[in-house]
Amino acid sequence: MDDIKQKLLSKSKQTTEDRRGKILCYACLSLIIVLIVSILYFIINRGTATFTQNYLSLTQFLTGKQWNPGHHQIGALPMIVTSFLVTILAAILATPFAIGVAIFMTEYAPRKGTKALRAVIELLVGIPSVVYGYIGLMVVVPLVRKLIGGTGFGILAGTLVLFVMILPTVISLTADSLKAIPVSYRQAALALGATKWQAIYKIVLRAALPGILTAIIFGMTRAFGEALAVQMVIGNAVLMPEGLGTPTATLTSQLTSQMGNTVLGTVSNNALWSLALVLLLMSLVFNLLIRVITREGVIK
Amino acid sequence: MNPKKTSRIAKHVIYGSVGLLVILLLFLIGYILITGLPGMSWHFLTSVSQSFEAGGGIRDQIFNSVYILLLTTLISFPIALGVGIYLAEYAKDNWFTSLLRTIIELLSSLPSIVVGLFGYLLFVIKFQIGFSIISGAITLTFFNLPLLTRSIEDAFRAVPLDQRQAGVALGISKWKTIMGIVFPCALPKILTGVILSAGRIFGEAAALIFTAGQSNSVINYANWNPFSPTSPLNIFRPAETLAVHIWKVNTESILPDAHQVSSGSAAVLIIVILIFNFGARRLGNVVYRKLTATDKER
Amino acid sequence: MIYKTFTLPLHEIDLNFTSLRYIKSKLNERKEGRKVKKKRFSQLFLLGGLLLLLSGCGNQPQNKITVVGSTALQPLVEKAATEYEKKHDGNITVQGGGSGTGLSQVQEGAVQIGDSDVFAQQQSGIRANELVDHKVAVAGIAPIVNQKVKVKNVTMQQLRAIFEGKITNWKQLGGQNQKIVVINRSKGSGTRVTFENDVMNGQEMMNAQEQDSNGTVQQIVTNTPGAISYISFAYLRSQGIHPLKIDGIQPTTQNVATNKWKIWSYEHMYTKGQPTGETKQFLKYMLSAPVQRKMVKEMKYISIHDMQVKKAIDGKVTPVKEGQ
Repeated sequence: MDDIKQKLLSKSKQTTEDRRGKILCYACLSLIIVLIVSILYFIINRGTATFTQNYLSLTQFLTGKQWNPGHHQIGALPMIVTSFLVTILAAILATPFAIGVAIFMTEYAPRKGTKALRAVIELLVGIPSVVYGYIGLMVVVPLVRKLIGGTGFGILAGTLVLFVMILPTVISLTADSLKAIPVSYRQAALALGATKWQAIYKIVLRAALPGILTAIIFGMTRAFGEALAVQMVIGNAVLMPEGLGTPTATLTSQLTSQMGNTVLGTVSNNALWSLALVLLLMSLVFNLLIRVITREGVIK
Repeated sequence: MNPKKTSRIAKHVIYGSVGLLVILLLFLIGYILITGLPGMSWHFLTSVSQSFEAGGGIRDQIFNSVYILLLTTLISFPIALGVGIYLAEYAKDNWFTSLLRTIIELLSSLPSIVVGLFGYLLFVIKFQIGFSIISGAITLTFFNLPLLTRSIEDAFRAVPLDQRQAGVALGISKWKTIMGIVFPCALPKILTGVILSAGRIFGEAAALIFTAGQSNSVINYANWNPFSPTSPLNIFRPAETLAVHIWKVNTESILPDAHQVSSGSAAVLIIVILIFNFGARRLGNVVYRKLTATDKER
Repeated sequence: MIYKTFTLPLHEIDLNFTSLRYIKSKLNERKEGRKVKKKRFSQLFLLGGLLLLLSGCGNQPQNKITVVGSTALQPLVEKAATEYEKKHDGNITVQGGGSGTGLSQVQEGAVQIGDSDVFAQQQSGIRANELVDHKVAVAGIAPIVNQKVKVKNVTMQQLRAIFEGKITNWKQLGGQNQKIVVINRSKGSGTRVTFENDVMNGQEMMNAQEQDSNGTVQQIVTNTPGAISYISFAYLRSQGIHPLKIDGIQPTTQNVATNKWKIWSYEHMYTKGQPTGETKQFLKYMLSAPVQRKMVKEMKYISIHDMQVKKAIDGKVTPVKEGQ
């Protein structure tokens, strides 16, 4: 009797097992939270020092055009504008292309073809940004120079390099979201007499719209944070961009090229961390956008 | 225009864009291989690099890249697995989960140079580990985690609910259902995720410049004691990876054959990633078959 | 949810059966189940072990020297360190990171030696009086132009005017009709500080394209028609660019030694306080004949022993007295 009673009253083996598993998960969870919070705290702390310790004005930072932190001029507007321009242009270039390829992968291609294409696209992710930058310097910049004149360095060259760099991300995420649309949707459309394109365009693409938008924003996030490759082709002059072919600078390019030359704790160094803070805030905005899109993600 | 015609045109446009992509890919990979392969030799792969004389190789860089990759994966995989399982199986759909996802994504979109500097100031300076493999690996863990977590979560979500119901119906604990049934089913997808992130780690330079360092100490491959400073396995020695080497050679090197070394290294990098991709895919299939006792490939 | 049941792909239905089979086999041999879990745990233990190792590794070997800083000086120190390690029992790590990084790290005491292309006094945020300067070599800096630029010689005033943005076409200097593309160096980089001191004479440089590294500058000037920049002598050997003479004087190491060529700077290795032990030995080795006579020459630096003049922080040049 006691045996059974004890068995019924004590926790079963399954429960302890489950508990242990849960504890493991929570441990990992807290670890990652600690990691993230520490890095966020660190960047915010350093990034705001420009304004809280050096007492430079935030308005000047966001609207000024003169960047010379050594002389307390911290107008970051040219970099912010350029960062946005290259990111948006790269996304505009990549989107139709990526959607086309993703449709091919999910709707037209035989399975083997899709697999091969995917493998190669994944390969692209592994090419270091330095190599992209190098090819950009050797091939893209001279090409741009021939096309629109000037030195070839600038927004157009940066856009083209970023376009190639974000392609893998955008393509594979778009393909994923197309694949997630149930076959029955397509079958229903075809059964109603729609052509294949009509089924894709009117049903599949529309249903996958939130996913596609997410893919694009993910691509943009990657473009926004890319440093080494852009630095090699953008020209690195902190000037407002006057056209697609004039040298200018992005937030990341400035950050990368200046960090080693400044001393921790000086105004010049703090100003650079403020740039990093802007990058952080921008990725936050991009992420919130994704969140909003996926939440509203119902077929209209 | 009638719908059939539109459909045909659309098809051509789509095929055209794929064609363009393929051309672009071929150009990129072709460019890297064509500029890199002529300089390739057994000597290049097996000798140490030089500071300012011609004829240096990339032996240590290849080893370092692989070693850092392994360490990073080893550190980040268990953590990512735990968080991935939590997000896919346990998390409720509330503000906390939403916030958690947002900050994890935030981490992944941080520019690698920022993560690298953070790692530099924290591990190299504050903890006084110095420029070392372990500093590099932990720093890489930072932006490997979000990618890996995401792909593991997705992989778990892709496993049909019936599998879990089957497990629970048999009276197995939820945890055991997850680890014993869902995990093996999700494994091929998880492996793909690991490969994808591995590719990114392998090619990462900016985060490593300030953490793992940009020069090598003298390494003796006969010394397998991980605590000896000349051992390749020592995690406290500075290590320059292949991607960092490419960066260094391109930016500051005065090697007479800098161009050759950098394009050769890039070619090696691509080939290694290629081997890695296909190898891991194979492995994924084998593991999957073993764990689920199926005979066919998926 | 309903459509899912209908559209469940065949292989997944199949999978359901296989998973059942799997569960049965699992129930039969529990051991295996434990094995799977054990593996996970062992991984976690490994991670824990690594973290433990991390916390316990504060103590570093005594004879370990870390050198951080100037990327320009890095190859020389790297090479010297390799040679030094062959003869002595030292363990020397050489890293780049930039002059600012080198100076701030040595000031913090995080590294033993900080390499710099500039005087510590010229770097803001550095308490220079705490640091001891060891000048190990001299680097000459030369203006370079794209190969196709016909101009071979400029005056110092013209050079200044180019970088001020007052001369904008090579035509104005007797060359072909080609716009001048100025490629500047990053603010605060050693090369730029030297160039500003020795050429610009207090004038502001125009806001132009900037590049951080010598290698990239070399590539850009090679590829861009009409480009001009300036570069350390060590990078002069490449095809596609050619150096400019200033007031008829060639940029050679001999001319730097006599200060006929005006644009040059010291390569410094800073220590916090006077160096001791292994660090002192290594710095001594840096000034010894094998390094100064051979490696320094190979890298197109000028040996510190060959200099017939010395330059103060304010740029004032005085002849070196005998026996100094």
